[in-house]
Amino acid sequence: MLGEECLDPQAVEVREVPTDETAEREGFIGSPTIRIDGRDIVPIEGEPVGLTCRVYRTRDGSVSPIPDREDLRDALRRHHQHST
Amino acid sequence: MTVVVFTCNHCPYALAWHERLLAVASDYADRGVRTLLINPNDAERYPRDSAEAMRERVREEGPWPAPYLRDEDQEVARAYGAQTTPDVFVLDAERRVRYRGAPDSDHGDEVANSQWLRDALDAVLEGREPDPAQTDPVGCSVKWKA
Repeated sequence: MLGEECLDPQAVEVREVPTDETAEREGFIGSPTIRIDGRDIVPIEGEPVGLTCRVYRTRDGSVSPIPDREDLRDALRRHHQHST
Repeated sequence: MTVVVFTCNHCPYALAWHERLLAVASDYADRGVRTLLINPNDAERYPRDSAEAMRERVREEGPWPAPYLRDEDQEVARAYGAQTTPDVFVLDAERRVRYRGAPDSDHGDEVANSQWLRDALDAVLEGREPDPAQTDPVGCSVKWKA
């Protein structure tokens, strides 16, 4: 998808959040969390930080352990528009 | 026959499979199959899996066709060797495990319909060996106490 959006796949940084302290420091609300330049692609207000699994809703309303591909694509495009 | 499902409130895999598992509980209840939903997660670190949070969820979503039980000391999950939420076990009348694993092949596809679990139940009810008798459990890891 990054290639489709003319972005560099090598720019992806995978970070492990191994401890509660790290989660607190990072404002980490569950795995997986995808951020673009520090901004969550699907921000959730009031979610507690912690080492937990993250629940996403896909666009058809289903529960999913990963974000909807189109939410990710939209976030990439928003970022691209704001940064150019 | 008994279906034991280790599950929880906060795992997206458990939530994705939840309705399908409740459907199995309903569909097989009158064939002598009892379903137990057991939450083994450490509620101290994961308050969404506390007994109160479980009660609240059942109040909001229920009634469910299966009891939602709390494995507070995690002894049950350890005895079964539960790895994930969900992790499904089918026990026959002699309490032998006849199937263990995921409900079906795809948490993201409701059409999958808990078919592995349904096939296992049908097999045991008909006196056959389930095939497969075991699949890899898929989900979030059980949150063990430190």
